Order: sequence, then C-alpha cells, then structure tokens
Amino acid sequence: MSATIEARIWRGGAAGKFETFSVPRRESQTVLDVVTFIQRKLDPTLSYRFACRVGMCGSCAMTVNGRPRWTCRTHVARLGDGPLTVEPLANLPRIKDLAVDMAPFFDKWAKAGGKFVPSAAEGADFARVEPESEARRQADAGIECIGCAVCYSACDLVSWNPDYLGPAALNRAWTLVNDVRDGGQEARLSAVAGDAGCHACHSQQSCREHCPKSLNPTASIAGLKRASLRAAWKGGA
Amino acid sequence: MNFRARAETIAWGAQRASAAVLGVCVLVHLATILYAVRGGLTAAEILGRTRGSAALALFYGLFVVAVSIHAPLGLRTIARETFGWRGGALDLAAAAVAVFLVWFGWRAVGGLFG
Repeated sequence: MSATIEARIWRGGAAGKFETFSVPRRESQTVLDVVTFIQRKLDPTLSYRFACRVGMCGSCAMTVNGRPRWTCRTHVARLGDGPLTVEPLANLPRIKDLAVDMAPFFDKWAKAGGKFVPSAAEGADFARVEPESEARRQADAGIECIGCAVCYSACDLVSWNPDYLGPAALNRAWTLVNDVRDGGQEARLSAVAGDAGCHACHSQQSCREHCPKSLNPTASIAGLKRASLRAAWKGGA
Repeated sequence: MNFRARAETIAWGAQRASAAVLGVCVLVHLATILYAVRGGLTAAEILGRTRGSAALALFYGLFVVAVSIHAPLGLRTIARETFGWRGGALDLAAAAVAVFLVWFGWRAVGGLFG
C-alpha cells in the first residue's frame, strides 16, 4: 500500500468537477476520515454532511468508487490501492460538493404514510404486542433503517421514475402495516399502491445489496404488494 | 383503498397471474411442437389435427387471453419507465393493445380449430 491516498472529490453542485487531493494513509482509516482530513487540513471550503461517525445517524452516505456507501463505516484499506473517488449520492439534488438535498427522500416517507397513526384513545393503557407474533417479527425485520438514503441512491427505478417512492419509504410503510397499534392502514395502502408505489418495484434487490444495515427493503415491498392485493380483493384495507 | 390504488393493485395481480398461466402454456406449446414435428409436418397435417379439437381450441384460447392481459400491462410499465408516459391516455393505449391481441389471437385460434 502507498503512503498516501489519491482522493478524487466532487466539487460544485449539479455542474462541477473532480478535484484531487493527496491524503496520508493511516491505520483503520475510513472514507469519512479522508474527507474530514481534506476539510480540516487541505481545503476548509469542502462541504459534506456527518454527525455520529459510528453508523447510527445515517447522515454521511456518499458515492464511493461508484457505489453508495456509509462513509463512516467504510474502511479505505478494503477498497484497494487505487484512487479513491467520492461523489454525492445519486438520485438526489446536489447542493454543494458532497452534500445532497435530502428533502425529496424524506418527503416520500410522508407520502408513503410513514407517520404512525394511533388507533387507541389518548390515555389508553399500553398495547400488548407479542414479540414472537408474525406481525411483530415482520416489523422487526425492517425497523432498524437509519434513513441514510443509500438504497434510494442505488435504486434504478428511482432514476427512471423520480416519483417512485423508493425502498426506504416503502420499508417504513411496511413496518407500520405490521404495527397492530396503527389505525391508518387504509390511507397507507392507498398511498403505497399507486402508480409510483410498491407495484412498480422490479425486485432487482439493489436496495438489499447496498443497505449498510443489511436490511431487505425488497422483501418489505413484496409484503406491501401482498397486503395491497388482499385489501383490493376484500374491498377494504 | 382508493380507486387508483385498487386499479394498480389489480393490474399487478393480473400480470403476475397471467405470467403463471403463460409459463405453463409456453411449455405445453413447445412440447406439443417438438412432439408433432418429430417426423416432419405439413400445413395440411397440422390443420387435420387441430380442426374440431375442442381441447386444443380451449388451450390456445386461454393462451391468447393470458397474452392479452400480460403484454399490454408490461408495455404500459415500459412506456412509463422509458418515456415517462403516464395517465389515462396510456391506460387507453394499453387497453387498445389488449383488444388488438384478443381480436387477432382469437381469429388465429378460429382459423386453426374452427
């Protein structure tokens, strides 16, 4: 391994170009460490986004060597000895350098009925949800999403149809479909089963392949397809 | 569930169900061809075997129905994703393709089995 990393970093917004920096190679160095070194030591005008640095907040996702990744948990040593190329996430508007506008991504969570709608009256006792129940296990499988937008960036369907709700928003909707306390299922299934919703998914599983939390949004979307088909058949939600 | 969501869901279900039917139909069709032509076959011999066969007419009638459901829905998806075409005009165009396939498919079935 060479003593330095040749880091090609995207500069500018939608129009821009790559700028190359030479960064000292260190042990256990992450891509976020490289970007932070550049911003603190070489060019303080570099814009990027991060918060926790330990894979919990989902704010540092970027495109690294052509693949969307969480940069705080991506070790440079595992990417090989070649140049390191870092760009903003695909499928989202570029603001400046490595920062994208996340608003379209989270707006779709709202459009997909991603808000919990309590069915119990205020002041009601705690709901009892059996940990081993099928619904609870289905919800558990998707609940650890950190909202990093890696799946959204990796999804071909989002690039073909900008209105497509995307894997993360549909995964969120699926966790709520399986929440026995929720009272907003009819509106939610209407929201996710439209022409830019779950039925548009081709099950290519790019979201599953790239998810840093090893979740399977494709399976969640398949669950929504089945749930909406049952609802359409019965004539309700 | 609102009307649009129900319509999209039924269209998705219809395409999956028609794909399952088509899978079986294509296999039976290919097996029939391989069996029928093993010693060579003329058009007259084909018509001799197919005319008056209610079972074959029913099978190929089902084949035509499955194609007429599956293909327009697939073309509708391709038009959406490739050209960004949406809305009622696209649905009408897909329905026109379905009518076209049913009409000409059943004409062919009628010609072979009638």
